Amino acid sequence: MSVIWSGMVGCAVFCGLLTGRGPQVAAAAMEGAAAAVELCLSMAGVLCLWMGVMEVMRRSGLSQGLSRLLRPLLKRLYPDFARDREVMDSISANVSANLLGLGNAATPLGIQAARRMSRRTPGVASDSLCMLVVCNTASIQLIPTTVASVRAAAGCAAPFDILPAVWLASALSVTVGILAAKVMGRLWPAEEGAGRLQRRRVGWNWR
Amino acid sequence: MELALTMLVPFLLLGVALWGLVRKVDVYDALITGAAEGLGVLIKIVPALVALLTAVYMLRASGALELAAQALAPVLGWLGIPPETVGLLLIRPVSGSAALGVGAELISTYGPDSTIGRTAAVMLGSTETTFYTIAVYFGAAGIVKTRYAVPAALCADLAGFTAAAWAVRVCFGG
Repeated sequence: MSVIWSGMVGCAVFCGLLTGRGPQVAAAAMEGAAAAVELCLSMAGVLCLWMGVMEVMRRSGLSQGLSRLLRPLLKRLYPDFARDREVMDSISANVSANLLGLGNAATPLGIQAARRMSRRTPGVASDSLCMLVVCNTASIQLIPTTVASVRAAAGCAAPFDILPAVWLASALSVTVGILAAKVMGRLWPAEEGAGRLQRRRVGWNWR
Repeated sequence: MELALTMLVPFLLLGVALWGLVRKVDVYDALITGAAEGLGVLIKIVPALVALLTAVYMLRASGALELAAQALAPVLGWLGIPPETVGLLLIRPVSGSAALGVGAELISTYGPDSTIGRTAAVMLGSTETTFYTIAVYFGAAGIVKTRYAVPAALCADLAGFTAAAWAVRVCFGG
């Protein structure tokens, strides 16, 4: 992440000087930082609400039912956490919200899963956590309502006629994402990642 | 269809609450407890988003995306993606609202039922704001070493864009 961030900033400074937009870049840096806090505040309410709903679902056994339904698929994607009920429940709710197109709800639920996953490997993204993030960056919603409303606003008679194309493209993008994560997981051995680091930590604690 | 979609969230909330009551759960207490946990999560996300959005705003202001668009246009033709959508393609992973703006402009300029308009719509519908998602998830989980998450996610995005152009050709011809 450090390399990516430095790369983005370096690229911005370099291109800004090249195109003579240095002052705009300087102003944008401050703007971006302020916008981040605004964005967080604007999503605060929704995030808290869905975390609350998730808690109701957990206590009433709804999320367990969901994860029983999705388990056959999820245990293949997240083999390390197949026996971790809490993580499985959160991921199931996250996948369901994504499918329903409730991006605002899917994010808090996914975050909950990510936090629970990270307990095993603090600071480092395990293979399962990478998979969770990749699956969430590849949209899997069934009904893209926002885009449909944009098309309707542009005078489209049948704004939902793109649905089959959206499903095809989503399915392909998710598939490629999962394959890429699986292949890269092999290429990026977990020497600093999953499992080992934790064992080392435990070792230190014992001493 | 429209009404059912807009009422989805209210019905979900009602359904979850009723189910909780049936199962004798203290619904209100659960709601409050969960929401309080949400505040803690939020505080962990703020630093990650500040870092990311600073870089994204700088990139957008610097004109780097326009330069990249010029360089990428020929490559896109080779992949079968309409070159007009290059702006959308570059902004999509970094900013959701900006991408929606660019997409809406493409759709209204070329018409919602044109190949370009449809391709833009499918691209918007089948991809996500990758960098935002990564920052939020890893920020909340306190992850510093992200390993291969970013390249793998970008692979999925590229596949999504290519597949969008391809799917529109398959479904609508042209």
